Amino acid sequence: MNKVPKIAIRDVCKRFGTLTVLDGVSLDVHQSEVVCLIGASGSGKSTLLRCINFLEAYDAGEIRIDGHLMGYVDAAQKQRRPMSDRMLRQARRDIGFVFQQFNLWPHMSVIQNVMEPLLRVRGLSAEVAVKRGEVALDRVGLTDKRNSYPLRLSGGQQQRVAIARALAMEPSLMLFDEPTSSLDPELVGEVLQVMKGLAAEGMTMVVVTHEMGFAAHVADRVAFLDRGRIIDVGPSQQVLHESKEARVQQFLQTYHDRTNF
Amino acid sequence: MNMLQTLWHYAPLLLSGAGVTLWTWLLGSVLGLAIGASVALLRRLPVRPLQWVLRIYIEIIRGTPFLLQLFLLYSGGPSIGIRLSALTAGVVCLGVHAGAYFAEVFRAGFEGLPKGQIEAASSFGMTSFQILYRISLPTMLVAIFPSIVSILISLSKETVILSIITVPNLMYQVQSMTVETYSAFSGIAALAVFYWVFVECVARFSALIEYRLTLFARRDSAEVRA
Ligand SMILES: Nc1ncnc2c1ncn2[C@@H]1O[C@H](COP(=O)(O)OP(=O)(O)OP(=O)(O)O)[C@@H](O)[C@H]1O
Ligand SMILES: [Mg+2]
Repeated sequence: MNKVPKIAIRDVCKRFGTLTVLDGVSLDVHQSEVVCLIGASGSGKSTLLRCINFLEAYDAGEIRIDGHLMGYVDAAQKQRRPMSDRMLRQARRDIGFVFQQFNLWPHMSVIQNVMEPLLRVRGLSAEVAVKRGEVALDRVGLTDKRNSYPLRLSGGQQQRVAIARALAMEPSLMLFDEPTSSLDPELVGEVLQVMKGLAAEGMTMVVVTHEMGFAAHVADRVAFLDRGRIIDVGPSQQVLHESKEARVQQFLQTYHDRTNF
Repeated sequence: MNMLQTLWHYAPLLLSGAGVTLWTWLLGSVLGLAIGASVALLRRLPVRPLQWVLRIYIEIIRGTPFLLQLFLLYSGGPSIGIRLSALTAGVVCLGVHAGAYFAEVFRAGFEGLPKGQIEAASSFGMTSFQILYRISLPTMLVAIFPSIVSILISLSKETVILSIITVPNLMYQVQSMTVETYSAFSGIAALAVFYWVFVECVARFSALIEYRLTLFARRDSAEVRA
């Protein structure tokens, strides 16, 4: 694997006021790789994920997507300035982001939600956008809900629509921030199933999750965040079962205690 | 003459007055909405002096009676070179007055916008303008629609006051009728019926629109066509 990584994160730091949330994070994600980010609440998982598509601006370090610096004009560290809105929008449209709270647009029907970015960002005609939207809905198994409004769907269905909306843009990379955390337990499976399918088709994915089963069976690698640092990263079996880090063992022990009653 | 005869006799005058009332209300509302939306948008700009000016505008308008504002513009205006006809002054005043209330409603609407929906839009690379007119404004409109309607209804009642600066609206015509006929009750009856029907129409029509606007939030109703 000596190609340019899909995502190259180098020494990324992020502060909110005086609170250091990311404290020198480095991580490479390669083409078609699935990487899960795990760690305690407040450890900076969401912040790291949001820095990747620059929903959050990192203060120091570099994030490169296909070798291109994200969010800043590529220049020496000291004099770097944020890239133009235009450039940022261009960089973002190939990155799908799936939120914990779905963030569907409630005033648009399911198919309208999926079509909206295609019409506004890709500039497709309505006919082409409808076709693409229907293909995306078919992939998440929701063709029959195309004309419903989001608020009339179950949480699991809403999240699948959100995934379809991202997929329709044909992203080369998908970021998921706890996609199943606000779902009732019986609805988690349908969403994970869709994500598994994407992984199998070779989508590059970074997934913040508390679903250790997904991390163990679908992820190629797992990275463990603790207080803004990645303290362990490696093949999922290794991190989840053989980690030498006390923090990781403790976290997983708590997880096991909770899930095994 | 009995009351009905009086009213019949004055019908053309009263109708023209009713027309003026509706017209000033409509123009005042449109102007007010435009002012309110502009002020709310401008208040989002990070320019301190501008913030102060807009704040003061809103505070003054909301803190003083409409009658006073009307006098200030119509009678005080000429001394600083603003000479407006009664009708124009009336409409401008209604607009400026409603604008302050609309501005506050729009501001609350902007602040109440779900951040996540906007974030989702920007994660796809939509422009700020696209986000504003495709996501923010429609969502906001639904949320603030009831407040807008209640401002429109209050404004309909403020139109009465324009008669004081000789705008020939219904109130004005009713007053001349009363002076000529000494029949106070006919006038009151005409005003009451008119405003009741007027407000009722606005309320009914708004309820209809509101029903359409919030269809998406109703779980029970039928599916829509895309
Ligand atoms: N916009 C913000 N302003 C200030 N502090 C923030 C902001 N966003 C996040 N934080 C803080 O940064 C820290 C890390 O937050 P982050 O959301 O990245 O954690 P997380 O690992 O995703 O946690 P969780 O599992 O609860 O989602 C937290 O202490 C949080 O309070
Ligand atoms: Mg989080």
